[in-house]
Amino acid sequence: MLDSKIPSGKLDDKWVDYKGHCKLVNPANKRKMEIIIVGTGLAGASAAAAMGELGYKVKAFCFQDSPRRAHSIAAQGGINAAKNYQNDGDSVFRLFYDTIKGGDYRAREANVHRLAEVSANIIDQCVAQGVPFAREYGGLLSNRSFGGTQVQRTFYAAGQTGQQLLIGAYQALERQVALGNVTMHTRHEMLDIVKIDGKASGIIARNLITGELEKHFGHAVLICSGGYGNVYYLSTNAMGSNVTAAWKAHKQGAYFANPCFTQIHPTCIPVSGDHQSKLTLMSESLRNDGRIWVPKNLGETRKANEIPEEDRDYFLERRYPAFGNLVPRDVASRAAKERCDAGHGVGTSKQAVYLDYAAAIQRYGKIEVSKQGLTNVSDDEITALGKEVVKEKYGNLFNMYAKITGENPYEVPMRIYPAVHYTMGGLWVDYELQTTVPGLYALGEANFSDHGANRLGASALMQGLADGYFVAPYTVGNNLADAIYNAAIPTTHPAFEEAAKKVADRIASLKNINGKQSVESFHKRLGKIIWNECGMSRSEAGLKKAIADVQALKKEFWSDVRIPGEINEYNPELDKANRVADFIELGELMCVDALNRNESCGGHFREEYQTPDGEALRDDENFMYVAAWENKGEHDWTLHKEELKYEVIKPSQRNYK
Amino acid sequence: MSHTTMNLKVKVWRQRNATAAGGFVTYDVAGISDEMSFLEMLDVLNERLITEGGEPIAFDHDCREGICGMCSLYINGKPHGPWQANTTCQLHMRAFKDGETIVIEPWRANSFPIVKDLTVDRSAFDRIIQAGGYISVNTGNAVDGNSLPIEKAKADDAFAAAMCIGCGACVAACKNSSAMLFLSAKVSHLSLLPQGAPERKTRVLSMVAQMDKEGFGSCTNTGACEATCPKEISIANIARLNKEYLGASLTAE
Repeated sequence: MLDSKIPSGKLDDKWVDYKGHCKLVNPANKRKMEIIIVGTGLAGASAAAAMGELGYKVKAFCFQDSPRRAHSIAAQGGINAAKNYQNDGDSVFRLFYDTIKGGDYRAREANVHRLAEVSANIIDQCVAQGVPFAREYGGLLSNRSFGGTQVQRTFYAAGQTGQQLLIGAYQALERQVALGNVTMHTRHEMLDIVKIDGKASGIIARNLITGELEKHFGHAVLICSGGYGNVYYLSTNAMGSNVTAAWKAHKQGAYFANPCFTQIHPTCIPVSGDHQSKLTLMSESLRNDGRIWVPKNLGETRKANEIPEEDRDYFLERRYPAFGNLVPRDVASRAAKERCDAGHGVGTSKQAVYLDYAAAIQRYGKIEVSKQGLTNVSDDEITALGKEVVKEKYGNLFNMYAKITGENPYEVPMRIYPAVHYTMGGLWVDYELQTTVPGLYALGEANFSDHGANRLGASALMQGLADGYFVAPYTVGNNLADAIYNAAIPTTHPAFEEAAKKVADRIASLKNINGKQSVESFHKRLGKIIWNECGMSRSEAGLKKAIADVQALKKEFWSDVRIPGEINEYNPELDKANRVADFIELGELMCVDALNRNESCGGHFREEYQTPDGEALRDDENFMYVAAWENKGEHDWTLHKEELKYEVIKPSQRNYK
Repeated sequence: MSHTTMNLKVKVWRQRNATAAGGFVTYDVAGISDEMSFLEMLDVLNERLITEGGEPIAFDHDCREGICGMCSLYINGKPHGPWQANTTCQLHMRAFKDGETIVIEPWRANSFPIVKDLTVDRSAFDRIIQAGGYISVNTGNAVDGNSLPIEKAKADDAFAAAMCIGCGACVAACKNSSAMLFLSAKVSHLSLLPQGAPERKTRVLSMVAQMDKEGFGSCTNTGACEATCPKEISIANIARLNKEYLGASLTAE
């Protein structure tokens, strides 16, 4: 059994007690301690800023041309915090409870409670930095609701909350760069962890402009490189988002936890053809007013607007009358897939359902008529008034839809389909966010710790910033206190030389394959295998087949991939090849994990384990654990379990009917 | 909706690295669906170049949903192409006609040196932010978020300025390669908010000094930046910047 180092004592007191008793590093010593941070999204940028402010010598790395590009920037909806500004009964406990329940009882109580505790500090910190959150006319902060909760605790900046939070963290980071506390390495990719005496002591990073391999020492290494959704090829992740840093950590001894827990978001713009390179999310907030439906009749040929009410199936409202269109993401996605699989899908691909705003436009139009005291209003005028209201609330999303599809969503229902969006699994970490390799930490989406088997909306931003601003500065310091006697190790140490050689050899062998197929074509094939067998629905037979297919793909990749250009120059194809090689190995582990978990929970749905009416069937008796996988070699992993003990919350079946 | 496929010519700037000589190369691309994004059209071309044993065209891109600011490209003489308020990654092939020749160049500005082909180095923007584009508040010092009410109109204006994605289209569109729209958006965002007041004077002076040091040109109010900005950042921000700068210069110690 794994030791998660959860402090003893009452749940409410654990974090307070930890902070009160953890070891400290004095300011003079902090200046001698070097910290490496890989990735500059919300988790990485906030950690780099906070630790630079404390006086540590920080080196931060990102593969983009600026830390401001990290994919946290694309988060639309908002960030949760237990502020109870709305006086609607919110509290730290409720945010904690909603997150545990939303995660289908597969997250660690102590971590989630700490997350809820620091959530309020995040909002204060961001406001102080000048993050322009939405405000009411009285000048105070505004909130909105999100899925899986009954209170209004989501803070937002129009549909660009992630952008504004990341710019805040980026500016704090650049301030530390100016002060000389943080050195920023852009267009660099971490390609291995250097271990000395079993402890993480630095990294090998490739300068993506020159191709040069660099050795960097650190007393601690923090992996903040985000999630691995791009294993599916098509996802809402950025094109460059990758698992490489986390995967190198895994290969160096860090256990990988719950890799099969992936989140499929129900409302994305559907795939239009084989050329598709990525999928675009339409915010969860659209489900507040839109109604989701498919035609009742198989082989329906009429256009959406010509199908009368009695021939439409509002399947979420039918199946889940209590929550209707606002059921959690995993439930909504599965229901849409079920209807499409049954032949009721729409659009040319038949892999889409309608998200219809006609009713909302009418409803808002009538409200406007009464608000403005209008009389003798024609139907067209009501519609026009309603469209104005919808435009004000969701205009930017409607515009984006129109740009991508060429259709006008004010006139015809949008077509949507689920798409890969977030990964709950990640590097296993203890309460201190330390992996199973001493000195190696994982923050934000790169770790597994807070969202169980399904993440609630507006919680990813909260977790990234909690880890970076408020958790890691304490927990990393606690462990560095004992390292003050250790001088920085020069990078001429044999361990650095060996690691650099290993990386150089791998790059050379990739380049020397000189085969016929492009990196992209392998990535697409990997994505299809994982999406079909380890996507929204999984089965024993399918997973076994997928494992064999991925193994075969790996062989083919390593014998027939073609990487143009040279090693020692700017070569995006080579960067991609390094990443896809790691995605292939991860893909296999995801299937191994999904095959091991003989239950359905959250985003993990095994066809063999469902209730008679098609709902997920959890098995708490046998699977109330975190599956943490240790890499033993090619195609070889050992399972370690961390038992999940629920001391405060009593797990029950999630019911949204 | 019915869809069409088209055959196009693309004339692309190719340049091996920062110091090599560059030039235009013209490629035929066939069977392009009007549903593709512009970058997907380049993906198709690159896939073909790779399988034919050639070298793919290097271009920056990441989120492909119009928010990260990494994509660039000067398309038919316009940064981010023909659509209004749009980034290259959101441009779709519906914007073009069968048989058309599309000219693709990198951002053209001395302060954005070419890395390879269509990829340029925009690190000058990061250095401008380092010069003062922040509020100096250490983590953990903040008071309650609602202890400081901010007029909604001011908060909204600050947000409108903060929407800048740092792509550099404003510089590329400007005949003087001026970075005034970028800089003014940040100065406006922070000076409109009460949290930004204590550093208001030093911020604007040192950010402008850094901009000049990076070699960006002067602003002559032609408005090309505003017209091309994918986030429709208003040129009124430049007026505000000038006011801030003048005020700070006259009253600085």
